[in-house]
Amino acid sequence: MIWLNRYAKLVAASTLLLIAAGGMVTSTGSGLSVPDWPNTYGWFMFTFPMSKWVGGIRYEHTHRLIAGTVGFLTIILAIWTWRVEPRVWVRRLGVAALGAVILQGLLGGLTVILLLPPAVSIGHAALAQLFFCITVTLALVTSPSWIAGARSLTDPMLPRITLATTTLVYCQILIGATMRHIGAGLAIPTFPLVFGHLLPPDWTTAIGVHFAHRVGAVMVLAAVSLTAAHIWHWHRPQRDLIRPATVLFLLVCSQATLGALVVMSALQPIINTAHVVNGALVLATSLVLTLRVFRRTLQQPVMVDAKTSRRTDIPLLDKDLREVRG
Amino acid sequence: MYLNQLRPFLTVSLMALAVACGGPTEKGGQAPAAPPANARRVDQSKAGNVTGHVTIEGTVPRNPPIQIDGDPYCRQQNPNGATAENFVVDGAGLENVFVYVKDGLGDYWFDVPTEPVKLDQHACRYQPHVLGVRTGQKLAISNSDDTLHNVHAVAAANREWNKGQSLKNIVDEKVFTKPEVMVRFKCDVHNWMQAFVGVLDHPYFAVTRHGGKFELKDLPAGTYTVEAWHEKLGSQTQTVTLGEKESKELNFMFKSAAASSN
Repeated sequence: MIWLNRYAKLVAASTLLLIAAGGMVTSTGSGLSVPDWPNTYGWFMFTFPMSKWVGGIRYEHTHRLIAGTVGFLTIILAIWTWRVEPRVWVRRLGVAALGAVILQGLLGGLTVILLLPPAVSIGHAALAQLFFCITVTLALVTSPSWIAGARSLTDPMLPRITLATTTLVYCQILIGATMRHIGAGLAIPTFPLVFGHLLPPDWTTAIGVHFAHRVGAVMVLAAVSLTAAHIWHWHRPQRDLIRPATVLFLLVCSQATLGALVVMSALQPIINTAHVVNGALVLATSLVLTLRVFRRTLQQPVMVDAKTSRRTDIPLLDKDLREVRG
Repeated sequence: MYLNQLRPFLTVSLMALAVACGGPTEKGGQAPAAPPANARRVDQSKAGNVTGHVTIEGTVPRNPPIQIDGDPYCRQQNPNGATAENFVVDGAGLENVFVYVKDGLGDYWFDVPTEPVKLDQHACRYQPHVLGVRTGQKLAISNSDDTLHNVHAVAAANREWNKGQSLKNIVDEKVFTKPEVMVRFKCDVHNWMQAFVGVLDHPYFAVTRHGGKFELKDLPAGTYTVEAWHEKLGSQTQTVTLGEKESKELNFMFKSAAASSN
């Protein structure tokens, strides 16, 4: 089981790398530098000569290769999970990961063939984040600490706060993806003011979406700060909550800084991509925190054999925990 | 038993295969339509000409340098670096301006030339940078470079398309079916490469060359709106009335200050 967990972590890390490669494709405007799909200029993707990786092809083709690799890794992850994982919902999550990565590949191909229609490209970006969330969840729920169980926590407010924060972060990513794919990244070229004002003096679709992303950033910053403050204040001894809450707060501060730099650098590709990758990390961290909170507050704690992962349906006490953890 | 367990994987994979095999196909366009029986044609013996030149007033903006680091072949072809082709000026004459009759031709019928218009990719540039083509006429796009290019026509009225040219001397022929000024061509591999193609359903267009000069030949008598289009300076229109066998001069002047706002 420990190897499955390590492998799931590898798939999640590879997915983050894939998101970074995808970010570079969009940031450099290389999305159509390889006009055909699934082939690359007529070559089978994995046999396309390196000497021909020039200009924008470097970004697009690298993205495709990493995507192919992640797809392959996900097939193994799904089969592995299906065969060794006793929890049905985790097995289904493995299948969901496989379905998501296949759909993601098809959306990627479709957006190339259809010449980057915003709806398909935004869908591709949105599903990328969902797929990343699935791989992170798999890595989390197959971890020894998750399987070993956790002490229950009484805080009815906390699941609501964390779930709302994660949902808000994902919505903010969707707005960001929309802004990116309709070319509205510099629709408001000034920061922090909007053309010298607090509100846009003129409204177009591009300005509206860009402004919504800025408003969303303020809301996410507020939600994350509230969540982190709540955990710091009420659950300081809970290391499994304190750590992701602190990381989440630091990541969201970095994200706001990167967002400002994206505008001030006029969409410099590396800064732009860093903003995308960091956004994915914010979402993943918020998700991990939410899942841990839900596990500890809403579910009756159970004892699971760390070796076989079988539930024993015995409420877990501190004493039991010490025994399980040895 | 294992087959049952693998059923979800098989279902998803088959669905994926079905979608992947159903992609759209690319077509070059339609053949030009045949003229109607009572087609009205221009009487060449009574036609006139409009000539003129396009100038730029003020300090000509500098063409920004372009980064050619991404492709060794392109760097080799441009050893001293390169700049964008936004402003090509000879004296005060502004080149690469597309001048055409925008309105006033009525219902004349014009045969479509059988000769294709040529657009080449040479030294990682489109040559020419600005050109015109008739609806229904073939546009032959060639790759003289020993590197890959993709030819991406960002059309609005016509169908947008994107075609890879991975081999040297490869030629693709494309046809536009609707008038459109201008269709931007770009190479997504080499993001500095751009060309602009004016697509018209009549032959009265020209691109300014040598000192910004242009000529619209064999125009029938009438009153016309003539437009001059520049990729950075926008467009200007003027009206000209031409009698039978008459020649008139029509000059356009762009102000360089406008460049900063474009």
